[in-house]
Amino acid sequence: MTPTELEQKSIEYRKKILKYIKQAKAGHTGGSLSCIDILNVLYNEVMNVGPDNFDSPDRDRYVQSKGHSVEALYVVLADQGFFPETDLETLCQYKSHYVGHPTRKVNGIEQNTGALGHGLAISAGMALAAKMDKKSYRVFTLLGDGELAEGSNWEAAMMIAHYKLDNLTAIVDRNMLQITDRTHNVLNTEPLEEKFKAFGWQVKEVNGHDFAGLTKVLKQGAFETGKPNLVIANTIKGKGISFMEDVLKWHHGVPDDEHYKQAQQELLDQELLFKAK
Amino acid sequence: MKDMELGIPNLVAFAETMEALAAEDKDIIAVTSDSRGSGKLKPFGERFPQQIVEVGIAEQNLVGMAAGLASTGKKVFAVSPSCFLTARSLEQIKNDVCYSDNPVNLVGISAGVSYGALGSTHHSIHDLAVLRAINNINIMVPADNFETQKAITTAAQLNEPTFIRFGKRPMYHLHSSATKFELGKGIKLKDGSDLAFVATGETVYHAYKAAEALEKDGTHCTVLSMHSIKPFDEALLLETANKCQAMITVEEHSIYGGLGELCASTLMQHGKALPLKIVGIPDEYTVTGPQVDIFNHYGISPEGLYQTAKSLLLSELST
Repeated sequence: MTPTELEQKSIEYRKKILKYIKQAKAGHTGGSLSCIDILNVLYNEVMNVGPDNFDSPDRDRYVQSKGHSVEALYVVLADQGFFPETDLETLCQYKSHYVGHPTRKVNGIEQNTGALGHGLAISAGMALAAKMDKKSYRVFTLLGDGELAEGSNWEAAMMIAHYKLDNLTAIVDRNMLQITDRTHNVLNTEPLEEKFKAFGWQVKEVNGHDFAGLTKVLKQGAFETGKPNLVIANTIKGKGISFMEDVLKWHHGVPDDEHYKQAQQELLDQELLFKAK
Repeated sequence: MKDMELGIPNLVAFAETMEALAAEDKDIIAVTSDSRGSGKLKPFGERFPQQIVEVGIAEQNLVGMAAGLASTGKKVFAVSPSCFLTARSLEQIKNDVCYSDNPVNLVGISAGVSYGALGSTHHSIHDLAVLRAINNINIMVPADNFETQKAITTAAQLNEPTFIRFGKRPMYHLHSSATKFELGKGIKLKDGSDLAFVATGETVYHAYKAAEALEKDGTHCTVLSMHSIKPFDEALLLETANKCQAMITVEEHSIYGGLGELCASTLMQHGKALPLKIVGIPDEYTVTGPQVDIFNHYGISPEGLYQTAKSLLLSELST
């Protein structure tokens, strides 16, 4: 897909994220909107994984460490054909597999996540197995910036560099907000680039809503042979909806009827603008 | 049973079994957290350098990383002192291993009060209780070298989330190689209808010695080795309770949440009541010192169990 096509796809994804969160009356709205462009690029442009090869030991792997933004993952997986989108009508309902954090009961999901600070270590094991078996698959994990306060991330970061797992790419959805406040007010995790470099990683920074930039950096493979890759994706929480952007209450705020109507209208306008171009 | 001979530490039996398994299967991987020496895995590491992964002193990463490895088809044994493995990395066990159903074998070495003199930081008397409450994990507590070897080979074959814990002192052989070992099935070491000792792990030998002493007094005891805590052999427990007048459970674990409460709960829910004493570590600051002294202190020794049996039977007769 071209960057333009990806951008158009993200508008569609955002509509669906809001639709299903609204229906379920639950969800992590802001974070799903901040990371959706990253997932869009990963699944549509970068990763060798889909419904047809999900059982293959050679597939690329994606572990969503910031599991709470699962609505973004669900709409992308549905679009990829892992399951019918209508399944999402059951989001968060009694006995639905589509719960508020990723589980392997949903086709296309690699690992159950939700407790923060777990994805990087699991990804390390997957990437190490690839090295052991001389396989060429890549492993991606998406971390939140607030999540980096969890110490387990830094245990994993050390180990990943020690074993030179250059087939692993961690992406930080750096939207600078977490449930309580701005990340730097809650617990400052900056400077991220220097920290990861000191841990032996190669780091690149990118606008997390720039499709060409994301595609380029995520497609690249190892930035430097023998070093793991960190992509700091600068994002905006609530991206795409004017009144949600960078506003704390939309961390897990569910739009009421009026907000929902307005949000969908904004996305429709964006789509019309696109078509007019 | 023949006269019991002293074997090797279960820890060494574990390491030897791992070597035998690794020689046959390159997917057998040991993961250690600066624990290959404590886990007697140095010879394993020298012989199979491609099948051992060191993560440093980082138990959370040990388990999380092991889960990732296991998700790719590796048969992973994550080896660390049980005190750290089942406390520091409990969330990784709960989520990354059990909930995600990654078939990691968690090997808790120097469990119970094996590190008795090192203080409660190094005691592991909570592990059975916390792991019993987590869905999708097998729990095995082998009593001797035979049970250890069988527990490890069973775990390798099962390919399911499994926890195995044992200590580090040499153990007497309780079984012959012909003994049947099966996950979910206890083993009857001795048959008698007066009193039942239901024990697990390295306390089984103590229960057996107590039963031998009681035999000389004319008290006939059943002794069970309940190596499989989860799944649990309810049928064997109930059959034993129906036959015996009283029961003593024995474990190197807190009296809360371990074998004793498991037995009590099972019996009550099946409408079976009999005089019962749970012997283990009580809810207090655990006394420190050599493991054998801690066992003596809390009556987990053959002498202590003998006395407990006498008291229990006496109170039973007086009612």
